[in-house]
Amino acid sequence: MTQTTNPSSPTAAEVPSRGLKRRLRLGERVIEGWIFLAGLLAIVVLLGIIFILLKEGLPVFANTNPWDFLFGTHWYPNADPSVFGIAPFLVSTLMITLISTIIAVPVGVACAAYLSEVAPPKVAETVKPIIEILAGIPSVMMGFIGLALLSPFVQSLFHLNTGLCGLTAAIMLSLMSLPIIVSVSEDALHAVPREFKEASYALGATKWETIWHVCIPAALSGIAAAIMLGVGRAIGETMTVLMVAGNALAVPASPVDPMTTMTAAIANSIGNAVRGGVQYQAIFAIGLILFILTLGVNIIAERVLERQKRKFSR
Amino acid sequence: MSINLNVPEMSNKPIDKCVTKLKVENASLYYGSFQALRKITLEIPSCAITAIIGPSGCGKSTLLRLFNRMNDLISGVKVEGNVELDGISIYDSKIDVTELRKRVGMVFQKPNPFPMSVTENVAFGPKRHGVKNRGELDEIVEKSLKQAALWDEVKDKLGQSGLALSGGQQQRLCIARVLAVEPEVILMDEPCSALDPVATLKIEDLMRNLAADYTIIIVTHNMQQAARVSDTAAFMMMESDRAGVLVEYGPTAQLFTNPKDKRTEDYITGRFG
Repeated sequence: MTQTTNPSSPTAAEVPSRGLKRRLRLGERVIEGWIFLAGLLAIVVLLGIIFILLKEGLPVFANTNPWDFLFGTHWYPNADPSVFGIAPFLVSTLMITLISTIIAVPVGVACAAYLSEVAPPKVAETVKPIIEILAGIPSVMMGFIGLALLSPFVQSLFHLNTGLCGLTAAIMLSLMSLPIIVSVSEDALHAVPREFKEASYALGATKWETIWHVCIPAALSGIAAAIMLGVGRAIGETMTVLMVAGNALAVPASPVDPMTTMTAAIANSIGNAVRGGVQYQAIFAIGLILFILTLGVNIIAERVLERQKRKFSR
Repeated sequence: MSINLNVPEMSNKPIDKCVTKLKVENASLYYGSFQALRKITLEIPSCAITAIIGPSGCGKSTLLRLFNRMNDLISGVKVEGNVELDGISIYDSKIDVTELRKRVGMVFQKPNPFPMSVTENVAFGPKRHGVKNRGELDEIVEKSLKQAALWDEVKDKLGQSGLALSGGQQQRLCIARVLAVEPEVILMDEPCSALDPVATLKIEDLMRNLAADYTIIIVTHNMQQAARVSDTAAFMMMESDRAGVLVEYGPTAQLFTNPKDKRTEDYITGRFG
């Protein structure tokens, strides 16, 4: 009787298995497709950015040859003919990034080691979120702090004409990349198996020796990733350096000279550039170089991690 | 009464000539409010292998870690009573714990070589204790690996990661690593529980060879193993509401064939545990 009330279905044995199977497959397809599209979107966006950078940036090399563009020391967009040499920005970016990394890495890794290995659990649980909040401070506020508090200090310390210089910017950037370095390194150190630490202590190593010779080497890939994230932050940061680096257009000779980084140069001049004009193209070319720089950092990081993994692979 | 237990080559090494290496008097240990050891008193002879047996959770490992103060690493641990190494109280505030751990080495349940090369693993301890000369380190590495019966298997891959070795080799590497700091006592916390029978036998042979020069204390779940390798044995138990009770301690042969305590007999004949 039950079968007659439901005439569309085939025999009772076939109904559940076939119907269920078909529906599952459909759901599976939809989800697979959705994930595929999401993955595709990321790649499309990336390719799109590269395409636009190339399309808008490359034409500048018709007027200025790449060598002069990269190593030319003068940036005169309004001269006739315009001169586009980005050496001042390139050197500034490299110098500021390097100094901020040199400051941030030892402090950040030491802080992470303290939180992970030395601090009582309660202290670590309180301090880590506070450090992570530091990452959320808007960069314009960091610029303001650098302007109001740090630059007078740097000025008097080095007897400068102005405290707005590369060093001030580098110190602010190091503070800004500190949270991410601490947070990611701490995670990496925390993930070092307890067995390694126990083995080290059982051999009579002190706490410091255990951190330096066991925990840090074992967590090196994570720490390297943390450093690269910090470097990435420092290279890409715009507002803070715009506010405190001094915005000079000369190639800096020392860290305490006023500087303009590549990001700051883009932000400074994009407002004045005529869309499609030569200056506009030059700015996009700076963006292109910046992109190549960060890509290079990422590739190096990838290589380092890969080598590290191969060395200790099981 | 005698129990018919399948025990091959029961060790009959006399322990009378040996001196007391470690002495535990009325030691109690608490993890916070949980008491893990209850008024343990025992004397461990040198030049012998002492086995600590008992069911899971009865405090065997805790007792073992009492001897090199590894329990210190856990927060909230409190130790009462007296533990002496060569007549010196090791829980005295003036004791240098790193020096103690140099003299009392430890091998863990799961082989735990560092993610470094074989050489670096063995050289880790000596380096921490001030040996810097490369040649001297290489000598120590070779000697320790030979002592641990691992040299022939790894001499061509000293630069490879210690983690690339098999489980049994890893455990012998860990033993070599301990030997490299020239300890007097070696603590072994179920060193064979993660190994296959062949690797287990190799470790047991190694232990018997080392017993001439070192005081060895081994925690084991494996009755046969305790009977095979140890000279003296301690049986620990947990009762329904209390852990860390030392039930019986004596020569292995006597403990296994003629236990004084009914509970020991029940345990080794497999009636519980």
